[in-house]
Amino acid sequence: MHLLVCGGTGCRAAESDAIVTNLQQELEKNGLQDQVQVVMTGCFGFCEKGPIVKVSPDNTFYTQVKPEDAAEIVAEHVVKGRQVNRLLYKDPEKKETVSDSKHMDFYKKQIRIALRNCGFIDPENLDEYIARDGYMALGRCLTELKPQDVINEIKESGLRGRGGGGFPTGIKWEIAAKNDADQKYVVCNADEGDPGAFMDRSILEGDPHAVLEAMAICGYSTNATKGLIYIRAEYPLAIKRLKIAIDQAREYGLLGKNIFGTDFEFDIELRYGAGAFVCGEETSLIHSMEGLRGEPTIKPPYPAESGYLGKPTNVNNVETYANIPVIINKGANWFNKIGTEKSKGTKVFALAGKINNVGLIEVPMGTTLREVIFEIGGGIKDGKKFKAVQTGGPSGGCLTEEHLDTPIDFDNLVQAGSMMGSGGMIVMDEDDCMVSMAKFYLDFTVEESCGKCSPCRIGNKRLYELLDRITQGKGEMEDLQRLRNMSQVIKDTSLCGLGQTSPNPVLSTLDNFYDEYVAHVTDKKCPAGQCKDLMTYTIIEENCVGCTACARVCPVGAISGEKKQVHNIDPEICIKCGACIERCKFDAIIVK
Amino acid sequence: MDKVKLTIDNKQIEVEKGTTIYQAAKKLDIEIPVLCYMNLEDLGIENKPGGCRICVVEVEGRNNLAPSCSTEVWEGMVVHTHTMRVINARRTVMEFILSDHPKDCLTCAKSGNCELQDMAVKLGIREIPGQEYAEMSEYKVDFSPSIIRDLDKCIMCRRCEMMCNEFQTVGALSAFHRGFEAAVGPAFEMDLEHSPCTYCGQCVAVCPTGALTEKDHTRDVINALSDPTKKVIVQTAPAVRAALGEEFGMEPGTSVTGQMVSALRRLGFDYVFDTDFAADLTIMEEGTELLDRLTKHLNGDKEVKLPILTSCCPAWVQFFEHNFPEMKDVPSSARSPQQMFGAIAKTYFADKISVKREDLVVVSIMPCLAKKYEAQRDEFKLDGNPDVDFSISTRELAHLIKEANLDLNTLPVEDFDKPLGESSGAGVIFGATGGVIEAATRTAYEIHTNKKLEKLDFEELRGLDGIRSATIDFDGTPINIGIAHGLGNARKLLEDIKAGKSQFHAIEIMSCPGGCIGGGGQPIHHGDSSILKARTKAIYAEDAGKPIRKSHENPYIIKLYEEFLGKPMSEKAHHLLHTAYFDKSKKIEIS
Repeated sequence: MHLLVCGGTGCRAAESDAIVTNLQQELEKNGLQDQVQVVMTGCFGFCEKGPIVKVSPDNTFYTQVKPEDAAEIVAEHVVKGRQVNRLLYKDPEKKETVSDSKHMDFYKKQIRIALRNCGFIDPENLDEYIARDGYMALGRCLTELKPQDVINEIKESGLRGRGGGGFPTGIKWEIAAKNDADQKYVVCNADEGDPGAFMDRSILEGDPHAVLEAMAICGYSTNATKGLIYIRAEYPLAIKRLKIAIDQAREYGLLGKNIFGTDFEFDIELRYGAGAFVCGEETSLIHSMEGLRGEPTIKPPYPAESGYLGKPTNVNNVETYANIPVIINKGANWFNKIGTEKSKGTKVFALAGKINNVGLIEVPMGTTLREVIFEIGGGIKDGKKFKAVQTGGPSGGCLTEEHLDTPIDFDNLVQAGSMMGSGGMIVMDEDDCMVSMAKFYLDFTVEESCGKCSPCRIGNKRLYELLDRITQGKGEMEDLQRLRNMSQVIKDTSLCGLGQTSPNPVLSTLDNFYDEYVAHVTDKKCPAGQCKDLMTYTIIEENCVGCTACARVCPVGAISGEKKQVHNIDPEICIKCGACIERCKFDAIIVK
Repeated sequence: MDKVKLTIDNKQIEVEKGTTIYQAAKKLDIEIPVLCYMNLEDLGIENKPGGCRICVVEVEGRNNLAPSCSTEVWEGMVVHTHTMRVINARRTVMEFILSDHPKDCLTCAKSGNCELQDMAVKLGIREIPGQEYAEMSEYKVDFSPSIIRDLDKCIMCRRCEMMCNEFQTVGALSAFHRGFEAAVGPAFEMDLEHSPCTYCGQCVAVCPTGALTEKDHTRDVINALSDPTKKVIVQTAPAVRAALGEEFGMEPGTSVTGQMVSALRRLGFDYVFDTDFAADLTIMEEGTELLDRLTKHLNGDKEVKLPILTSCCPAWVQFFEHNFPEMKDVPSSARSPQQMFGAIAKTYFADKISVKREDLVVVSIMPCLAKKYEAQRDEFKLDGNPDVDFSISTRELAHLIKEANLDLNTLPVEDFDKPLGESSGAGVIFGATGGVIEAATRTAYEIHTNKKLEKLDFEELRGLDGIRSATIDFDGTPINIGIAHGLGNARKLLEDIKAGKSQFHAIEIMSCPGGCIGGGGQPIHHGDSSILKARTKAIYAEDAGKPIRKSHENPYIIKLYEEFLGKPMSEKAHHLLHTAYFDKSKKIEIS
């Protein structure tokens, strides 16, 4: 029997370390330490209900486990074979408990390829990876396939880059393979930077060997002997597990010289990023690795021609690599049957925002937004109304009700005015103000622009300022036209992908929620009730009993009124902190 | 070379593969506005970060606009350079840039000579939408002895950074901060004064705006000239006369020596002298030092330091003090002409006209910004009184002349005053790369061989290649001469010396492209390298027209030694005309 405990960053933050320790202690108390193994795995994806403990082989899926639950799990489940009911997942609709994750809505529609080992194996143990066909693909490539055969297989699979651009991976490899040089490089882009996205981190934390194996396969295909993983220093757990994995792979002869007894040589080193979003752009990433300022340069030359230290370099994202071994093992024809015509395979998404099941999911391309948000994601929190979903992070756009039945793939999302990006998906409900949302993303891009080109450096700042004015009620109708023009010019003239996409949140909200902008500008109102400057707090005379509770809690003395008399809020003094509303027991205060 | 056919604005053209859209359009006389782009073609100095995005054009089949300065053409490419989409984009981007740029053109040093200002006019900018609530980036102004950095005016063209790092390999300037706060400056935002900056001023020479300017000393000069208790004398460096005319609308390469002299006289200088005189003096001292070291070397002395390196260029002196302090006994100990002039003026000449040192003000007109720093080095002061009081650039002089309502175009040609105004052609060519070593060769040859030189023009030492070398036959003794201009090129020669690989006996080093004619204090060339070539030509023409062309034949130099100094490298000469160098390698401080 195995007790699988989630060791992803989220669950660890909720003390899953202590769960492991306690489970082990309890097993020892019962003398079961040799029969039952406690394994700390990578992320299960169902972060909303973490920490997760899964019992194998019966697949019992315990949610929101606390360290003190360890005793009961061991005493009841392990010793007596009885499930601990209170820790099982309850289906919010049917109100029934579901013990096997396979039957949970969250997992039903998922196909886990990139995440295949996350939540199954101990990422710090190479044997467990090997037990699940690990390094079989590399072995096959080195002993049975020519480099071009591997490239052909990847091309045929239809795999496209998961970092955001969606460039066909096989073609990228082919270009790098064709450029002759005394030294070539394989780079893994693990500089995940979208707000709310943690796909790459989870893969590296849960299945680091998948990426190492794929990089070696890429090295073999492109005739590169050196691999570099550019990872943000803010991912300490992923770094730790990668280091362990690299050491183990070297020890087993899966990295280094004469891999699988062939004359193929490949080794991998880590390079740390300081967390600049722009370093996810491949030329910036390469400059950063070279010790230069992390800023982009004009392409061409592409990294496949002149990359790290001027040598041909293949750069792929973590999730792209994670797909490679499976494609080799199961074949391009297995892979390209999953997905849509032009987007093959699956995509990992990080669900966040106002959604019931926050977490990490992997679905086939072509799954609709509705399926993702309402079936897998369990719908909107607190029964609120769905308003929009932002895909592609700060580079993407928001999609609305009318896009819910659009099958998700690279091209459909672009057509709908957003983009796949790396897979962040932030769900918004009726309480979210779309102008503020656009402002939030612009705030991020202003912060993260490298400053090299003027439209991104200054233009984004001006966009932000204008949005800020609109949320303060200082906007004018002509500003909306300016917003649109500035956005278009920034997209049209910026040097790299950051500036070329940063106005997308503005443009897509202008397209989809124009009325909301107009309300801010002409009525000086925020329909979602989020923009503080546009709100007024007033007391409904009929409901006010004059209890004085609101006046006593008001930090600025904006509320006046005699005991048992109707109170009054002075809008000039009120700072809109909301303390009075929270205190009022008579629903006598409203925000307009 | 492969050829590529393309269409620009409905005109067909065939160009070499690798050509950019901007270059191809230029061949068709289609002018695409550029801002950050700069190309000093003959010197191999190019700046094309593709950062300003003013030069964008529409390329059929491409989603977004392409920066023409850095996008290479391809077969069948169809380009439109001035569609409404392009015009709107350029204007909007320009509005962005200006929205983060101060509007103090009235008092800006670059006003009237500012590429940003010109671009605003060209793109028809009349107002900046949203300026009233646009935040502007703000930085502390950095005042160094030579250069003022006002980063509020930086537009991130990165030209200065490219000059400082790639051409000069000084590494004092690089981009810092991100996004809206990004600007260019020394590491850790330290002041230039605490950085490895050499004050070569090449950053100033290429800055399109007023972000990098010289420290202005014209106010000091006006004050001195207005003070009846002071005698004010002026010296003019050789490269100034070859460029000053440009500020008055003359063709580059017009030599204005005589008009410059009369302008200075009309400004009220009591004596108008020539740094060229001191250049001749430098040759006497440096040439003697070279011959001394050479003779010792030929006699088998293993201790003697060869090659000897010239030491006229103050930025170069700063450079080796910072970067090669272990080699500080290799360069000649001779002071630069500016400082030799100052030392002689405040001793020999002051005595001659019976003026006390503190009542004599020495002003120098220099093509250089490092000279400002050099003039205030402690070694060149006596009891706090500097040998050279104020050093102003060619540009500052032009301002003064214009301010006095004088026009070089209409001023008569006049001669320098005596005795410190007389010079040989050898002194003049100090202004161009290779000139110092050519001047030294003329004198050293004749002294060493006791023979008269038949041909004075050493063409093999001239030119614009970054590193040049020639072997001159000193009557049977081959003397290997090296020349570098640009500190990056100098670094290469120094690394060779350090590694014991240098075959040279003497090396001339100048910091600026083309030598002093391309100095940081010269009229702004705006990336046109033909201007530098024309100035060089003017320098050599002036030399060719001089009756005396060898330093040791300058009668006033001969007289100076007879009356005052004794002989070259005498104790007095050593005291007044030579200096020592310092280890500055550890002087990088973080404030």
